[in-house]
Amino acid sequence: MKIWIYAEPAPEGDKPATSTLELLTKARELGDTVEAVYVGPNADAMAPALGEHGATKIYAVDRGDALAGVVGAAALASLIEANQPDLVLFAQSYDGRDALARLSAKLDRPVVTNGTDLKVDGDKAVVGTAIFGGNTLVDTKFEGPGPFLAAIRPKSFAAEPGGGAAATVEQVSAPDLGRAGEAKVLEHHVEEQEGPKLEEAAVVVSGGRGLGSAEAYEPLVEGLAHLLKGASGASRAIVDAGWVPYAKQVGQTGKTVKPKVYVALGISGATQHLVGMKGSDNIIAINKDGEAPIFSVADLGVVGDVHKVVPKLIEALQARG
Amino acid sequence: MNIAVFVKQIPDPAMPGELTAEHTLKREGKLILDESDSYGVEMALQLADKAGGGEVTLISMAPNNEVSGLRTALAMGAAKAILISDDALAGSDALSTAKVLAKAVERAGDVDLVLAATESTDGYTGTTPAQVAELLGWPSLTFAKHIELGDGKATIQRQTEAGYDIVEAPLPAVVSVTAGVVEPRYPSFKGIMAAKNKPVDEVKVADLGLTTEQVGWAGARQQITNVAAAPAREAGEKIEDDGAAHEQIVAFLEKLKVI
Repeated sequence: MKIWIYAEPAPEGDKPATSTLELLTKARELGDTVEAVYVGPNADAMAPALGEHGATKIYAVDRGDALAGVVGAAALASLIEANQPDLVLFAQSYDGRDALARLSAKLDRPVVTNGTDLKVDGDKAVVGTAIFGGNTLVDTKFEGPGPFLAAIRPKSFAAEPGGGAAATVEQVSAPDLGRAGEAKVLEHHVEEQEGPKLEEAAVVVSGGRGLGSAEAYEPLVEGLAHLLKGASGASRAIVDAGWVPYAKQVGQTGKTVKPKVYVALGISGATQHLVGMKGSDNIIAINKDGEAPIFSVADLGVVGDVHKVVPKLIEALQARG
Repeated sequence: MNIAVFVKQIPDPAMPGELTAEHTLKREGKLILDESDSYGVEMALQLADKAGGGEVTLISMAPNNEVSGLRTALAMGAAKAILISDDALAGSDALSTAKVLAKAVERAGDVDLVLAATESTDGYTGTTPAQVAELLGWPSLTFAKHIELGDGKATIQRQTEAGYDIVEAPLPAVVSVTAGVVEPRYPSFKGIMAAKNKPVDEVKVADLGLTTEQVGWAGARQQITNVAAAPAREAGEKIEDDGAAHEQIVAFLEKLKVI
């Protein structure tokens, strides 16, 4: 099976995204040929890491000021016609989803998204997804002609180097984008984050509706995250309410995190949230409602008021210095 | 400024979901407006208002001519709706849905802007907005957390892994909005009464110029080969806070060598 990966740069721009390396690692296990299509600058700088994780070749396209996913879909469509991959994998990222969606319409091929597992059955790909908050696992097999198109959630597979040489880079000229190319990126804004990234932190502290108000998020959630050298996250409820930005959302429609310790403050544990965090090694939950579903996955559950427990916890941690 | 908004009517997410014998989500009972879509509806109403006029048209694909979710959005202030309901649509995947919605945008005619949520709460494939844009040959601005319209262009703040980008595109365009972009209004009593008489254009697949092979089970080209319960995670210790629960959390963190 010939597997292609839609490769993305990490936000810093100097190395491939971890999610790309995860996909390559899995593709290396399942495919005979693994290649990448990369949209962005510095393709030569990406080649060693992409090669080490399994790609033998990179088709590189410059995005200019267009959206990466729009360029990616157009480039993939023409490259696929010439090279006939069987399966094209995308990370469940902002640009990955754009590229996947547009490509699916261009090729008239169905998609499976939110994959958490991937298998090969004969000449068909089978994508595993978790539904109902991760309670039920579903395998979906592509029928009909390929290429099969799938998006996989970050952290579904480990990224492990396989010792491959740097991938060869073939620069491809940007295809005609039509009206889709009229969308132009004018500015990039980097929101400075203190501490580790949500997806990479060893400790994640998240807040939910039980915080009572947007004002409680900083002292309780960010305060505790800071002391534990962790990252702060949120349930969908408080993102929807506008208390914190979407980038902090943990759950089905947000990010998947698998930290060593996940601390849920005032989060009831809707299935939407559980699917994004129940792979954590250890879960601590504090919630007023003793019947809250979050307690069914918590290793340590505290039935109590976050406004009482967390300030004391912060004080105790500060006292330790 | 004429704006079309995609709204999905879904089973109440607070109720436990169930699968049919064909492994699709059961959608038999009453359906409600997907909360994710209420942000698009609110944004459309505000943008039309700011632009000094124009209509907000809802577009929804649902089984059994379901209108309860549409009535909620009409009560918020949308002018009219197109409802695509057809037995041939059962089993439709995201691309088939996008084909139907794109044709419905053409049927609405004279649309400057299409707004959609980034993904639905029940299926959450999350590809439909960009698929529709591709099918229409329009630019798409996805994951918008802020939108401005002016000079025939839409300018958005697009969520990125690192922060956000400012992205603009000339109209007509498709914009997908993240939750939390605006505070959706509650329908007023007057709005609810008015919604009962607002026009809902009920159409079938054939009315849109699509064949039944392009949608539904035939269009999906996928097969569910296995459904299994996930290994359950065992609950651990649960304690009532007696004023000293924080000490047990500290001890737990110590045991894990996090502190």
